[in-house]
Amino acid sequence: MAGELEFEKPVLELRKKISELKEFTKNTDVDLSSEIDKLEARLEKLEAEIYENMKPWDRVQIARHPNRPTTLEYISLLFTDFFECHGDRAFGDDEAIVGGIAKFHGYPVTVIGHQRGKDTKENIRRNFGMPHPEGYRKALRLMKQAEKFRRPIICFIDTKGAYPGKAAEERGQSEAIARNLFEMAGLKVPVICVVIGEGGSGGALALGVGNYIHMLENSTYSVISPEGAAAILWKDSTLAKKAAETMKITAPDLKGLGIIDEIIPEVKGGAHRDVAQQAKYMDKVLKDSMSELLVLDEETLISQRYEKYKRIGEYSFPNEFIGVK
Amino acid sequence: MLKELFTKTKKKKYATIPSESAKQDVPEGIMTKCPNCKKIMYTKELNKNFKVCIQCGYHHQMDSAERIESFLDAGSFRELDREMVSGNPLGFPEYVDKLEKDRQKTGINEAVVTGLGTVNGFDVSIAIMDATFRMGSMGSVVGEKITRAIEKADELSIPFIIFTASGGARMQEGVLSLMQMAKTSVALKRFSDNGGLIISIMTHPTTGGVSASFASLGDYNLAEPGALIGFAGRRIIEQTIREELPEDFQTSEFLLKHGQLDAVISRTELKDKIAGILEIHQPGGVFQWQEN
Repeated sequence: MAGELEFEKPVLELRKKISELKEFTKNTDVDLSSEIDKLEARLEKLEAEIYENMKPWDRVQIARHPNRPTTLEYISLLFTDFFECHGDRAFGDDEAIVGGIAKFHGYPVTVIGHQRGKDTKENIRRNFGMPHPEGYRKALRLMKQAEKFRRPIICFIDTKGAYPGKAAEERGQSEAIARNLFEMAGLKVPVICVVIGEGGSGGALALGVGNYIHMLENSTYSVISPEGAAAILWKDSTLAKKAAETMKITAPDLKGLGIIDEIIPEVKGGAHRDVAQQAKYMDKVLKDSMSELLVLDEETLISQRYEKYKRIGEYSFPNEFIGVK
Repeated sequence: MLKELFTKTKKKKYATIPSESAKQDVPEGIMTKCPNCKKIMYTKELNKNFKVCIQCGYHHQMDSAERIESFLDAGSFRELDREMVSGNPLGFPEYVDKLEKDRQKTGINEAVVTGLGTVNGFDVSIAIMDATFRMGSMGSVVGEKITRAIEKADELSIPFIIFTASGGARMQEGVLSLMQMAKTSVALKRFSDNGGLIISIMTHPTTGGVSASFASLGDYNLAEPGALIGFAGRRIIEQTIREELPEDFQTSEFLLKHGQLDAVISRTELKDKIAGILEIHQPGGVFQWQEN
């Protein structure tokens, strides 16, 4: 099977063996059904063992899987009447971010997301899903437009990070990201963010200031890639596996740290195994979020966002509080 | 690739390592050698000039205490949240020890000092990042202290001034560090919507998550000369685009040229220039229109 991952090999091998036996019984008179039943029971156990005890590094592999569904795939499965809008009206159109208007269960929304490619050609066009400033500025333009027409905003996060390039710096990568954080804080419409793949640092966060932040079960969200963390912390990028565990970057980790709202379950083995089913899981959570947020007024939406981020962080006052003397 | 083979030979660089005797030329404390023009001058003289080299104008690093002394009116500073210290949310090995070591070394509890003070008589809420503490990296405490300083400015309806100096997010607090970018930006947005004045002064170095959040969100984005300011690290960019970057890449002057800053201001004039901005923003109808 294409794109199989190291940790799930035992499952896939066993599955293959079972189908071989089934094929064999079909073509001959030998009855192997008890054998097959036994193997199927073992498969079930093995699947549970492997998929329910996934290590952070296993999830990183799934999050980076070349066949992992992208923003545009989810858009086509979850929304109708999608109309894509291009360009930041200042410099150009960054195809590492897509966005536009659509309907979600008949309700008008604006949907924006990082877009990576699935093959080399598309990846080059999409710059591997790593945006330049004009990408973030296009996203912001569409958010302000959504605000004008009182449409909720749904953001899909899926990037290794903002592009580290010369032109990106010249055009103000920092300012573009900062501006999005700042403006998203004040949007008068509901903002729902879903991390669908890799949530890499500031480049991910720039689409990530919302009323709800959800993560797919096998997505990651981190301040730096495991490889980058390993290089900085231990001067050895081969320790990425260890870094993935230490840095707490998986959906369960972030839920534990109180940063995200919901973990959206994934199809066994990862979203790429059954995109249509995965979209259904996502649909349910998005619907619930919409119902909860659409009843809130502008002021409540903004203050809910304020409180959400204000809470994040760990600190204490071991000595007596001094404050202003 | 063939191309790489050729560029490699061209790229050879020679580093000069100062000999032991050269290092000892400058007695500890009394004299300071400018790393830029190599001039040796009295430390006292340098300090009197706001730690700006008297010959070439190079801006030597300032810690938070020196900044308070040089920028705020004498005796006006009241520190906020001085005792706030970081936890170890990821249970990161050796993190607690490293923090303690830097506390001992610097005499401050975290990489930012916040408080209230006056600049030529104008009240401000101020946050001063200190690169001598964990390279000025931003973790939970830095984010929270800055957020509280912004909230204080909002509460008192006074301007918020921030001096940034940071290598970026603090790795040891992982995604919590990343979220401090959002926390501080969300606070700035509320303050700004309430009419608050934000002045950001970027000093060497202002990079990564700090540059991509509050540092870039001033109504006035200013910088000291020669500061390194940017989102991605120079080395990473060079590896990504496989070309050498210009000498002045990601300096204050480079940013000014590319429209990312309002002005680059020498430290020797900084206080008066900022006071000028504060004066123009005096609230409550101080200015009366008079036709001459």
